[in-house]
Amino acid sequence: MKRKNAKSAAQYGALSLVFACFALPLLWLALASFDPNADQIIKIPGKPTLANYVSVLGGPENLQGFLNSLLLAGLQSVVDVAVAFLAAYPLSRFQLSWKRHFLYVIVFMTALPLNAIMIPVFKLFISCGIQNNLVTTSLFMAAANLPYGIWMMKNFMDDVPVSLEEAAWVDGAGKLKAMRKIVVPLMVPGLCTVLIYVFTAAWGNFFVPFILLQDAAKFPASIRIYQYFQLNGLVEYGKLAAYSVVYMVPSVVLYALTQQFMSKGFAMGGADR
Amino acid sequence: MSNHGHRGNNATALTLILPAIALLGFFFVWPIVLSCYFSLTDMTLSGSRAVRYHFVGFENFKHLFADPLFRTSCANTLIFLALSAIIGQLALGFIVALIMRGKRRWFRSAVGITVIAGWITPEVIVAICWVAFLSREGSVNAMLMGAGILEGPISWLISFPMASVVFANIWHGTAFSMIQFQAALDSIPTSVEEAAEIDGASGFRRLWGITIPMVKGTIMTDSILITLKTLGVFGLIYAMTGGGPGTKTTTLSVYMYKQAFSSYQMGYGTAIALVLLLLGVILSLCYMRVSKTPL
Repeated sequence: MKRKNAKSAAQYGALSLVFACFALPLLWLALASFDPNADQIIKIPGKPTLANYVSVLGGPENLQGFLNSLLLAGLQSVVDVAVAFLAAYPLSRFQLSWKRHFLYVIVFMTALPLNAIMIPVFKLFISCGIQNNLVTTSLFMAAANLPYGIWMMKNFMDDVPVSLEEAAWVDGAGKLKAMRKIVVPLMVPGLCTVLIYVFTAAWGNFFVPFILLQDAAKFPASIRIYQYFQLNGLVEYGKLAAYSVVYMVPSVVLYALTQQFMSKGFAMGGADR
Repeated sequence: MSNHGHRGNNATALTLILPAIALLGFFFVWPIVLSCYFSLTDMTLSGSRAVRYHFVGFENFKHLFADPLFRTSCANTLIFLALSAIIGQLALGFIVALIMRGKRRWFRSAVGITVIAGWITPEVIVAICWVAFLSREGSVNAMLMGAGILEGPISWLISFPMASVVFANIWHGTAFSMIQFQAALDSIPTSVEEAAEIDGASGFRRLWGITIPMVKGTIMTDSILITLKTLGVFGLIYAMTGGGPGTKTTTLSVYMYKQAFSSYQMGYGTAIALVLLLLGVILSLCYMRVSKTPL
């Protein structure tokens, strides 16, 4: 029994160490953001203020950065969800001779390292004259996240029982109407999960806008923070931390939301379960 | 399978999938085709050869295999992969998931949430946190000096650049493996482990003989997925060290970027990218084989 207690204590100790290693960098970020005299050391701010936040959010360039991020990630997610939904419907419902092969290609594409195609993508954008453009950059990101979107969407759709749709057809509803009235409402958790997933991926992305955008006015928050860090990193830690915290908030909130959707899952089940 | 009852025809299906094919074709498949072609040219980023580039055959690849910097970046990539993905994320994720079992609920959530917080932090912020944390005046030095382990401060990013980016990447990526292993460990029936315990198998033997074999599938798929993810890491390293000092943290991703956009050698950069892509293709195929993706 004693050995068991010692073992358990050692395990608690090890996990506490893991906890500390993972918590401390973020603790620094959070504390520094409220500290007007922040430096690289973790410390409780002497006079905690919101001055860093006010100064960061008061800068029109910084706000522009968030707006650009929102546009990039927002447009991208809407395109992805719409396109993935349309593609997932036949992939989930129809019997198609080429379905298996198509799905293999999709799964294969989800795993490819995206960075490896950025040079030809850059060249392609230049030769089509669509570089330095938030909309086309957003469309590229949509394509990059689309394979995973289709895959997730198809799995969610497989869980919506066909019998409900069939009942609607029997009642005289057309395929489109059945899709709109039956499939879409039952897919809400799935649609939201895909939306949040692709939004978060685009919101945090650094490399794609770094390559495809050249105008500082079009830079999303990820690049603005990077530049701010390169220029003032060693001086203005408080502001940098505040900027980072604001930038992180959507990722955190959206992650918490997916957990909600995920855990609720498909409790609403269906007629045949 | 849920596809009975629908007599959807190919034309309808294709119409619905067309937008997806168009997007993927133009922005994903076409660039891969272009990669193969560009890597055989002398294209530059600017100047006359940006537009009037020539076909040079396998010149870039000949140059590549003789390039000592390419070899250095391959070695750096391997070290980064081994330490931050396999030893770091995979092993740490497994160990954390393993010993979290049976601990108090609040404790489990506290550890789980902080590990996941590192995961959802965007990579630029991860870089900033760790640069501050490891800097000469940073918290790591303060703590180690306070504990009497270090006598004077160390500039970790300059003296131990690879270890620094490895730690940051472990911090950023471990949650993924932890979540995978939590799910895998939860699916092992407790009766199996209890039976072994009653038979007198020691903790270590239970781990080797029962637990690890039962999560073997997860170990395989997880190691391939995190290897793929780690191959693509760019922003984290670039923002932390810029690939330096010198070339000490220049991985293939960073070297590709530097050749194409700092040295303006687009053709050569694409050749490096193609090596990365090829590694990705091989690993993806392994992944699909190992995971037996149900379609």
